[in-house]
Amino acid sequence: MKSLREIHCGNTATVIRLNGEGALKRRIMDMGITKGTSITVRKVAPLGDPLEITVRGYELTIRKADAENIIVE
Amino acid sequence: MVVLMKTIKIALIGNPNSGKTTLFNDLTGSNQYVGNWPGVTVEKKEGKLRTADKTGHGGKASAEVIIVDLPGIYSLSPYSLEEVITRDFLVTQRPDVILNIVDASNLERNLYLTSQLMEVGIPIVVALNMMDVVRKNGDILDPDKLSALLGCPVVETSAVKGDGSFEAARCAVNQAAFTPPAPMEFEKTVEAALKEIASIPEVRKAGELKRFYAIKLFERDKKMTDSLGIKPASIEKIEHITGVCEAELEDDSESIITNQRYERVTKIAGQSLQKKRGGLTVSDKIDQVVTNRWLAIPIFAAIMFVVYYISVSSLGTIITDWANETLFGTWISGGASSLLEAAGAAEWLQSLIVGGLIGGVGAVLGFLPQMLILFFFLSFLEDCGYMARVAFIMDRIFRKFGLSGKSFIPMLIASGCGVPGIMASRTIENEKDRRMTIMVTTFIPCGAKLPIIAMIAGALFPDHSWWVAPSMYFFGVLMVIFSGLILKKTRLFTGDLAPFVMELPRYHMPAPRNLFLHIWERGRAFVVKAGTVIFVASGMIWFLSNFGWNLKLTTQDQSMLAGIGRFIAPVFAPVGFGDWRAAVASVTGIAAKENVVSTLSVLLGIADTGGEDPAFLATVAGMFTAVSAYSFMVFNMLCAPCAAAIGATYREMGSLKWTLIAVGYQTMLAYTMAFLIYQLGSVLFLGQGVTIATIAAIAVVMVLLWLLLRPDRHAKVKNTAKA
Repeated sequence: MKSLREIHCGNTATVIRLNGEGALKRRIMDMGITKGTSITVRKVAPLGDPLEITVRGYELTIRKADAENIIVE
Repeated sequence: MVVLMKTIKIALIGNPNSGKTTLFNDLTGSNQYVGNWPGVTVEKKEGKLRTADKTGHGGKASAEVIIVDLPGIYSLSPYSLEEVITRDFLVTQRPDVILNIVDASNLERNLYLTSQLMEVGIPIVVALNMMDVVRKNGDILDPDKLSALLGCPVVETSAVKGDGSFEAARCAVNQAAFTPPAPMEFEKTVEAALKEIASIPEVRKAGELKRFYAIKLFERDKKMTDSLGIKPASIEKIEHITGVCEAELEDDSESIITNQRYERVTKIAGQSLQKKRGGLTVSDKIDQVVTNRWLAIPIFAAIMFVVYYISVSSLGTIITDWANETLFGTWISGGASSLLEAAGAAEWLQSLIVGGLIGGVGAVLGFLPQMLILFFFLSFLEDCGYMARVAFIMDRIFRKFGLSGKSFIPMLIASGCGVPGIMASRTIENEKDRRMTIMVTTFIPCGAKLPIIAMIAGALFPDHSWWVAPSMYFFGVLMVIFSGLILKKTRLFTGDLAPFVMELPRYHMPAPRNLFLHIWERGRAFVVKAGTVIFVASGMIWFLSNFGWNLKLTTQDQSMLAGIGRFIAPVFAPVGFGDWRAAVASVTGIAAKENVVSTLSVLLGIADTGGEDPAFLATVAGMFTAVSAYSFMVFNMLCAPCAAAIGATYREMGSLKWTLIAVGYQTMLAYTMAFLIYQLGSVLFLGQGVTIATIAAIAVVMVLLWLLLRPDRHAKVKNTAKA
């Protein structure tokens, strides 16, 4: 079990749980990152943060610190 | 016979980047009113449905169809301002029908919002946009199937081409007469819980909004609990119902609802859409280069350089210079002078009209062409999707200072002129980031402040003036960073945590109509301001600087303004320029920063020389020491910006309170910095003795350091939440 942050660029993982609460968690879910969704990590921004991921067929950017709350396998 | 026709209000709702603004512009044309939602900086747009031209439909009946363009949102959660505005609008204003624009190429996430809109008990029409992209990707989407599955009409549109817009609007007008669609159903356990919550008296009386409220209460939506005035006993009951359901489904209620929504939406999308799994789209290919690890920053720098070069340095300056010198300077001022002279107008009247009003308004309006060019580029970058990439690329640096990655652009532009810089902050989604950006943007020296720098550099540092101007830019950037660091810890900027989870929309060619309308709207706002606020301010300053207290025409050093300057001069003594002329010059800078130099030259009795006359520089040099001159310069760089920029701040902040906070903060910071430079500089560089003021300055430094280094209470909350 690891967080989205540990997934290397180009790899795909499936969401199994979301940690955290409140605004951030809701926002992540609202954007379509829910249990069972598959996420592909596309790239890391030039300065090392945030990440670019593909979820439900579109591109999303998320900070590494927030990606830690997304538990995947 | 008089037929009383009912006004039909259509709420236009959709995800950001779904083509909503394009559709709105297409439907309303120039019949739109742009304002702010009360008390916030979120834009509110409303317009009348215009008569359809090419389709031949629409007719005269369009007069009573009002379209309200709500902010682009992903959900109806209580956590973002835009979402709260939208749901409050739906609950309290009860539009007749919702026109929900759905990006067909991003079906699941767009339908997720639709699933929530179906719960507010208002008829819905789905405008299915960007079908061309779907087809281009080789996917097949069946609108009829989608309509059947959703239980509401679906109209295909292509907002960029303008196809289908009016069909969608007409369909919405018709649909207003029908009953709302049946909302999607959740799992049995959840439905049972919702039913139980809906039977609580406070919820039951909500009528058609019963289900909406039941779901919100199940999600523990505090705002809804408050607005419904739920009694403590009922809250306990709801908590119990929710808790039982959560225990059974082993998840929290918000996640249960969200997950089940997405499950249902995924099913609907799966049944109506056949996806062809293909390779990279054009947009993906562009992004491989544009946000590439190594190329992203050079490309960003190149784009910024081009925008800056064309709109600020080359084309923009040529047109602005022409407007300032030829158009306003020679033609209008000259023309007005000869006209007034020919008409035998009194000298004071000529002075008021030519020097005061035309000069003041002209100085600001001269920037208009430059701003239009700039806004063209900005809207282009925003509409095509690049601006989101800017935030992606720059986020890491700017978020440390409580700013957004997009804050870079307003600041870059502010180095030309603060007014468009402030206006450019509008592309920043997060309200706190936007307010912070507006507050600090004018710290970057603008074009009008350069004469001040040139004057001080020439007068006080003649032999080694090369470092003066760069030091002011450096100081400006330093103040932006410093302000970001201390302000983000203050109560003004803490509060709900704003997550940075941002969509990177597909690249696409912007619709010309959008670009045009955007430029037109910004340009008009600017001209209106110049025609009102600045017009009045110019007249006032002219009056104050030409009349004495006896209300008779006098020379500038006997004027009311000079009187005011003498009165406030002691305030500036601790920062090194207690000379009333320097004080007055600073005050006139509020009309326009160029005035600082011209006022000073007038007050010193060396008029008509510009800022470069050796005699003028020598006199200025006599007024200051090297340290107090630098302090004077810093104060004028940082303090309240010119009237035009304050006006822009007011417009973008949308509240008087925030405008006063911004201007107050800027002036306070300017005074503090000037104080430190003068007091500490005099001791360190000029070898003056330590006084009480020096000790006060050291105390101020301590306070500033404390503000800078004190723990961020807000960050702590975030950490505990994580743990």
